[in-house]
Amino acid sequence: MTSPAPAALRVEDLHKSFGPLEVLRGIDLTVSEHEVVCLIGASGSGKSTLLRCINLLEPIDAGRVSVEGEEITAEGVDTNRIRRRIGIVFQAFNLFPHMTVLDNVTLAPRKVLRRPVATAEAEGVALLERFGLADKRNEYPDRLSGGQQQRAAIVRALAMQPDLMLLDEVTSALDPELVGEVLGVIRSLASGGMTMLIATHEMGFARDIASRVCFLDAGVILEEGPPAQIFSAPREARTQQFLQRIIEAGRL
Amino acid sequence: MSVDRGPFARRRGREGPARAVAIAVLSSIVLFGAVGYAIVHAPNWPAVQQSFLDPEVFAESLPEIVAAFGINVQLFLIAEVLILVLGLVIAVLRSLPGPVFFPIRAMATVYTDLFRAVPGILVIYLLGFGIPGLDMPGVPNDPFFWAVVALTLVYSAYVSEVYRAGIESVHPSQEAAARSLGLSRFQALRYVIVPQAVRRVVPPLLNDFIGLQKDTVLVSFIGVVEIFRVSQNKESALFNFTPYLATAVVFLAVTIPLARLTDWLSARDRRRYLAGVAR
Repeated sequence: MTSPAPAALRVEDLHKSFGPLEVLRGIDLTVSEHEVVCLIGASGSGKSTLLRCINLLEPIDAGRVSVEGEEITAEGVDTNRIRRRIGIVFQAFNLFPHMTVLDNVTLAPRKVLRRPVATAEAEGVALLERFGLADKRNEYPDRLSGGQQQRAAIVRALAMQPDLMLLDEVTSALDPELVGEVLGVIRSLASGGMTMLIATHEMGFARDIASRVCFLDAGVILEEGPPAQIFSAPREARTQQFLQRIIEAGRL
Repeated sequence: MSVDRGPFARRRGREGPARAVAIAVLSSIVLFGAVGYAIVHAPNWPAVQQSFLDPEVFAESLPEIVAAFGINVQLFLIAEVLILVLGLVIAVLRSLPGPVFFPIRAMATVYTDLFRAVPGILVIYLLGFGIPGLDMPGVPNDPFFWAVVALTLVYSAYVSEVYRAGIESVHPSQEAAARSLGLSRFQALRYVIVPQAVRRVVPPLLNDFIGLQKDTVLVSFIGVVEIFRVSQNKESALFNFTPYLATAVVFLAVTIPLARLTDWLSARDRRRYLAGVAR
């Protein structure tokens, strides 16, 4: 009772290689409940791989990942049960193209949580309504704009009522004018208290929304801190270099 | 370059659609006219005309031949249903990942290798004569039964490869998305991957279905009285080969519409795909 609540997510000394290439070289990261942590860093620094490892989509080589105190990378853990608690949204949306938006959203509640169809659909419609997609519920994904597809993908993940959301560069595949609507959705999730780990190239957004920013470089978290400190007074030379390039590209 | 293209471009510009049609018609008349002329003026044409193209024999044999085709229709409809199910099962078994399923994958692979390698007629002979020859109690010796079994075994091997290509064409990110929502591997296959795979392979499946229809004539060799056997009987009764022509016409009447349907489905899928990419 007196011990502090376990962290929503704890990553300890995580290593992951693809063949001879070591992509993650000892990641330590803690995300507390209701915290929004942004991962920044160059392409290939390991952001996406880290998110995929946390969701058990990639087997890890060493280290451990715990969610609310339960080690999910232990032997014999039911991965399907763990994934229900962790929502992930991908850069390329990955909606199911052969299903309507509503079926995309209700598939997992119906088949995994065994919700009755009527209940799942009522909940799905309510969620779609909240994110301005209720009128698109009977459309197929390819009839939607990129921004609408990504919002639908976020709703699909939320329909499982996850404890933790992982967002993997969710605006990188969008036309610039569609980025705003998706970032708006993420902002509303953050203000609703959703615990999130966000890999992003949108530095302005990270500065606004993050409780903490982690700079990934060559498979390690080189520097982390509150956004004000990381963006205005980065300590590490590599972080300064990275941010300098972003500023030169007009992205901050 | 531009000097060379000048006159070419001008020539193309003058060609309207009407002119293109006229040229197509004219060249067809010239080609087919020449081939037809050569055949009709072959030294033995009258004899061939009499034994292959006798209108009276055609009219007399056609009703019985069409009636016998009913057996072929039964054969390929029953076999096709079994093939679509068995082919999918084998394709899914071959797609199972991980070392645990190695023996199952290996068995499915041996099956497809075996039944694609052995000529269909041999499978029909071996099952149709071999198994009833064992005289085991309770085992059917009806040639129709073994015909269905043999065609199902042979075509399921082909169809499973079509399905497998379809399953492998679904991007791995679809499985990742399904698994990330908590769906099991089987649920991801059942609700996400297989439905997309099957949509993509409908045209090649129809192609194999046309092949199956034609191969139903092979089962005449184990004593099923179907269209080919009936036309053979007609041929020996009337001393004339025209019944075979009638049989060919019956097959054309069924397979050509199906082939056009296949083309139309492929074209529609291509349009959809391109529309999807353009977005």
